[in-house]
Amino acid sequence: MTIKNDTWMIAGREFTSRLMVGTGKYASFQQTAEALAASGAEIITVAVRRVNLDRSKESLLDYIDPKKYTLLPNTAGCYTADDAVRTCRLAREAGMSDFVKLEVLGDEKTLFPDNEELLKAARILVKEGFTVLPYTSDDVIMCRKLEDIGCAAVMPLGAPIGSGLGIRNPYNIRIILETVKIPVIVDAGVGSASDAAVAMELGCAGVLMNTAIAGAQDPIAMARAMKLAVEAGRLSYKAGRIPRKLYANASSPLDGMI
Amino acid sequence: MHITLNGEAVDIAEGSTVAGLLEHLQLPRERVAVEVNLDIVPKAAYDGHGLSEGDRVEVVHFVGGG
Repeated sequence: MTIKNDTWMIAGREFTSRLMVGTGKYASFQQTAEALAASGAEIITVAVRRVNLDRSKESLLDYIDPKKYTLLPNTAGCYTADDAVRTCRLAREAGMSDFVKLEVLGDEKTLFPDNEELLKAARILVKEGFTVLPYTSDDVIMCRKLEDIGCAAVMPLGAPIGSGLGIRNPYNIRIILETVKIPVIVDAGVGSASDAAVAMELGCAGVLMNTAIAGAQDPIAMARAMKLAVEAGRLSYKAGRIPRKLYANASSPLDGMI
Repeated sequence: MHITLNGEAVDIAEGSTVAGLLEHLQLPRERVAVEVNLDIVPKAAYDGHGLSEGDRVEVVHFVGGG
């Protein structure tokens, strides 16, 4: 099996890279562009904000070609369904695409999702024709409800946003994978390449991260590390790992021993 | 006349349209979304959408985010 023919789909659109990356927190737009290129990501998240009325400042899209990437606008910073829906409508108008990363936060300290508001927003957005990719807790029932509503994927967190704690509950992710048919993307919590590989080895369709790359000492190198980790994890999952055993099993034959 | 643009009070010429405002701000229309009094103005309507005294206008675009 080669990784090349292992594509995946979101809402009828085909993608090759299973690494999705954010565009926040980089030292410069130049660094953002270089990290994106090194990551090989095809889907990148962006935020929707007021334009700076002082036009002396450059903007993200001066550095990133929207034709080269699928832009996935987020609703970061929204704490109510109403705010999130409003942001998605603006995002669709700004980007002329229906793809949205829906997040409705419940708490500033943890940035955990407010799942009640999330469901409310998801229902409205799906009805309005959006392709909704919701950031949610690693909760099986929530993921099932989001699938029932008509979301295009579910994006359970591995750990709190920006925490770098890795996949704290791989068993929940496994049950989610067994429960829903839509793509499961681990969103948030990845800190290092091994975390990304773990997500892929569990069988996730993809991984979304921002801080792990942007916050690394060398973001370009980390972007490449994440690209390789996602590919390695996926290949490992497809290859089928050996069962875990408590005792040893010799690799060298006993026959012919001197 | 006065409008509120992205939360700031600004003075614009009488009879300004959304298209005129974006031109004045040197903002390419394909990269922004505009809301007037909480209603989104579709891009195709920018030229014909006149602004009125007291309008609350939001002009947003994409920035770096996760």
